[in-house]
Amino acid sequence: MAVLLIAEHDNQVLGHDTLKAMGAAGSLSGGIDVLVAGVHCQKVAEQASRIAGVQRVLVADSTVYEHQLAENLSALVAEIVGKYTHIVAAATTFGKNLLPRVAALLDVGMLSDVIAIESDDTVVRPIYAGNALARVKSNDAVKILTVRGSAFDTASERSEGTAEIASLDIEIANDVSRFVGRESADSARPELSAARIVVSGGRGLGNKENFALIEKLADKLGAAIGASRAAVDAGFVSNDLQVGQTGKIVAPDLYIAVGISGAIQHLAGMKDSKVIVAINSDPEAPIFDIADYGLVGDLFEILPQLIDAV
Amino acid sequence: MKVLVAIKRVIDPYVKVRLKSDGSGVETANVKMAMNPFCEIAVEEAIRLREAGHVSEVVVVSAGEAVCQEQLRTALALGADRAVHIEATANLEPLCVAKLLNAVIAKEQPQLVLLGKQSIDTDNNQVAQMLSALTHYPQGTFASKVVVDGDAVTVTREVDGGLETLNLSLPAIISTDLRLNEPRYASLPNIMKAKKKPLEVVKPDELGVAVTQHHEVLDVFAPPQRSGGEKVQSVTELVDKLKNSAKVI
Repeated sequence: MAVLLIAEHDNQVLGHDTLKAMGAAGSLSGGIDVLVAGVHCQKVAEQASRIAGVQRVLVADSTVYEHQLAENLSALVAEIVGKYTHIVAAATTFGKNLLPRVAALLDVGMLSDVIAIESDDTVVRPIYAGNALARVKSNDAVKILTVRGSAFDTASERSEGTAEIASLDIEIANDVSRFVGRESADSARPELSAARIVVSGGRGLGNKENFALIEKLADKLGAAIGASRAAVDAGFVSNDLQVGQTGKIVAPDLYIAVGISGAIQHLAGMKDSKVIVAINSDPEAPIFDIADYGLVGDLFEILPQLIDAV
Repeated sequence: MKVLVAIKRVIDPYVKVRLKSDGSGVETANVKMAMNPFCEIAVEEAIRLREAGHVSEVVVVSAGEAVCQEQLRTALALGADRAVHIEATANLEPLCVAKLLNAVIAKEQPQLVLLGKQSIDTDNNQVAQMLSALTHYPQGTFASKVVVDGDAVTVTREVDGGLETLNLSLPAIISTDLRLNEPRYASLPNIMKAKKKPLEVVKPDELGVAVTQHHEVLDVFAPPQRSGGEKVQSVTELVDKLKNSAKVI
């Protein structure tokens, strides 16, 4: 038994969710080998070699892997799969993009967004936007899984020593896709799906101009901005800010829902938040059924006070 | 060029799902069904590409029981030209769906294949990537912008922390994210017209694909429930609670 963990990195440091995935992989039997594919990524390999549970770091250092595109990276993983019984990555956009492609190359199924590992072949994963959990057993010889970072502890650094670092001389060219560029999100506000605090507005805001109140509160708290489908449909904000089953699924420490009634579709996207605050004029709004703290009243009176108070 | 769009029938996103009491899954009998929202976005994108003159034919395909022809008719009403229904059981695994679509691609030879990034029932987010592996086509997943230019397509992808732009040579596979477009509604005359559009039915064995299972769902259960907390009377009280009781700000 052995686990191959695919590292996500920017050629400088390991992604935070990869450290969580290493934590998750630690509960599988067998040692962990980590694949670091990239260019000039020696620092990443060294970092991986210091993590507890890692027995070997495989480094594929070549310009062909510079942007870690799925087309040739999946072929590399399939080529080195050998005796590995598990291939694991974090369920980030990188892991989600890559691993299903690997699974199909190996003609095996895949377990996405795993939140608990019960045994070497059985995991728990959310379905229906987290409204149900499925316990799934894999019958494949190689189990391929992405793991949800928030469900696992970060792997620790080992107290002494480092794992062996081995280089892989396998260069697989990619002549079908080409990296053009990358735009980082507006750095002023944290990214919605990773933010510690999210302030969301709904139809109750009334119009696009009033949504500025949400932005003001968010900036005061260092929070990301979200919205309900109603607010998106009414044109208050763009649809990439939509929180809900068809939008983003978030689980911040604090979620403040302003002028949002709490339709099932919206709740599916935020009900795993640690603390939920609802501000709504309708005391019967379903959002109050799940809110830890509810405040009934006119949001146009409440919001300015709240902006001043925090 | 020809575009193939794969769509899925799922429980309507606004329905509160109920678990079956035997733990075998989610109740789907007598529940409102709809086209998966991400698939609607894929259909809309295909129609827009045709309206922009890049595409000559839009073919929609769905795999599942006979009832998923309803969603294929919806796609035809939105503007697709013809439909292919792969008649199979309802709960196909992603790898099996990818193999079925791969067989349809071999027959249809589309230049572009559009899929939703994930279905809102199983939440796998796998089929487009698996299909790319089987066809050896490049993949543009989680697309928020698609620009066709000659024999290539430029795809802007929603990735953690921002956007990434890739250039893919055609034929290519693209999966759609929420930001890509806002799907239109079908008009009544178009719904009537869609009834006359061609809809071909094929079986997996006619496509040379065996329906296999890699996973066993042992049980489906409810996540831990959260209950409502308290109502506070003022902003001052709220801020005090958040600072001192919950300690989140």
